[in-house]
Amino acid sequence: MSILEYNGGCVIAMAGKDCVAIASDHRLGVQLTTVAMDATRIFPMHDKLYLGLTGLMTDITTLDQLFRFRLEMYEMRENRKIKPKTFSNLVSSTLYGKRFGPYFSEPVIAGLDKDNKPFLCSMDLLGCIAEADDFAVAGTCAESLLGTCETFYRPNLEPEDLFETVSQSLLAALDRDCISGWGAVVHIITKDGVTTRELDGRMD
Amino acid sequence: MRNFDFLDAEYAISGTRSDEARVSPDAIDLGLSNSLVVPQVDRPSSFLRDAFANVPEKDRIRFAHGTTTLAFSFKGGIIVAVDSRASMGQYIGSGTVKKIIEINPYLLGTMAGGAADCSFWERDLGRRCKLYELRNKERISVAAASKLLANTVYYYKGMGLSMGTMICGWDKTGPSIFYVDSDGTRLKGKMFSVGSGSTFAYGVLDQGYSYDMSDEEAITLGQKSIYHATHRDAASGGVINLYHVKEDGWVKISSEDMMVQHRARMAQIKAENETSAAVVAEPAAA
Repeated sequence: MSILEYNGGCVIAMAGKDCVAIASDHRLGVQLTTVAMDATRIFPMHDKLYLGLTGLMTDITTLDQLFRFRLEMYEMRENRKIKPKTFSNLVSSTLYGKRFGPYFSEPVIAGLDKDNKPFLCSMDLLGCIAEADDFAVAGTCAESLLGTCETFYRPNLEPEDLFETVSQSLLAALDRDCISGWGAVVHIITKDGVTTRELDGRMD
Repeated sequence: MRNFDFLDAEYAISGTRSDEARVSPDAIDLGLSNSLVVPQVDRPSSFLRDAFANVPEKDRIRFAHGTTTLAFSFKGGIIVAVDSRASMGQYIGSGTVKKIIEINPYLLGTMAGGAADCSFWERDLGRRCKLYELRNKERISVAAASKLLANTVYYYKGMGLSMGTMICGWDKTGPSIFYVDSDGTRLKGKMFSVGSGSTFAYGVLDQGYSYDMSDEEAITLGQKSIYHATHRDAASGGVINLYHVKEDGWVKISSEDMMVQHRARMAQIKAENETSAAVVAEPAAA
């Protein structure tokens, strides 16, 4: 089993009309044994920028702390909030900085830029950016998630419809993956704020 | 009268009438010699070991492995309970697999390891149990039936069969459970659990087991053990199937989604917390 699949888990992000959604499951396991069902892998960077991290949980925790530190340094130096695009470059170069001994984590970044236009991207563990204008996925059921997103996604969804679409895409994919699931969380980012909802998923 | 001898030549089974071999050497000929075709090499078992074991993990032929199955005997007979997930690596191939195989009205077999191996050889066991019954005018004992299976898998040892099964039934000696696996192990016992979730199931089973429990208590224990295994083991899940083996044969008791058990347990925990919160609040108010 790959080290990226040691703990399990996945993240999905999707763009709507002047809003984005980012969601993940809650499982933390050690191979096939489920250890926790309240794990967090989505982290707010600021009120219009969220970072989702999949892969090895120890590296997820480390990277969250590292990015929060770098972000605060940036905000103090520049005296402004970081743009999602800039942040994705920061994440990318941080990951590539460990090219020959990488962090075992694949990030997904979701946010709104200064015109409240959605920004989405996913990355591999070395920092290769894949920008998307519809959806971005990562984690142990990435293939299933791409399949569900391709069928459920429609452009320019309003926040409520986006929530429904993201939730259904995530839950459908989780049910085909052994090492993801055990509940999920969805964040909807709009210009007026973020709404966070917990999803009841299958617990097996 | 017309001579139909030509039909014998055309349709005869090899080795009986016709000189010519009608059944090709590659055919699966379970009817006569009860053997499957093995690779046509000098040492089939080492050839198969190379194909199944001595290769990098990515090139290996993989079987569905994750499972939780259990069986235990008690005052009222035997409870057999299983999950229904078929996983291929981490992918869930199916969530509605029947892992309890009805060999005949008195015998049940469980399925863990290779799904095809279990279903094929337990079907074959059913056929041979029927033949025994016809020849001896008496039902086969669970011990004898499980030994037929154990001997069969031992014959193919080292050639890649993968199965861990429990043969459960009621005969002249009463209820009995035999664990049989593809290594050739055959054990008689009162309680077994097989599969990746078996450790979780054993935990619950040991904690709640008593020989003298009622049928209802035993059924609840079986369901609960499988539920906890599906909850904690990523490779187990889906619906909980449960059978009860009694003196006059087996009965299917239930087939219920594990989420039913989960919601009931969550509601119970919530209710208990509320009661204990009320108990704590009372002295403080006084």
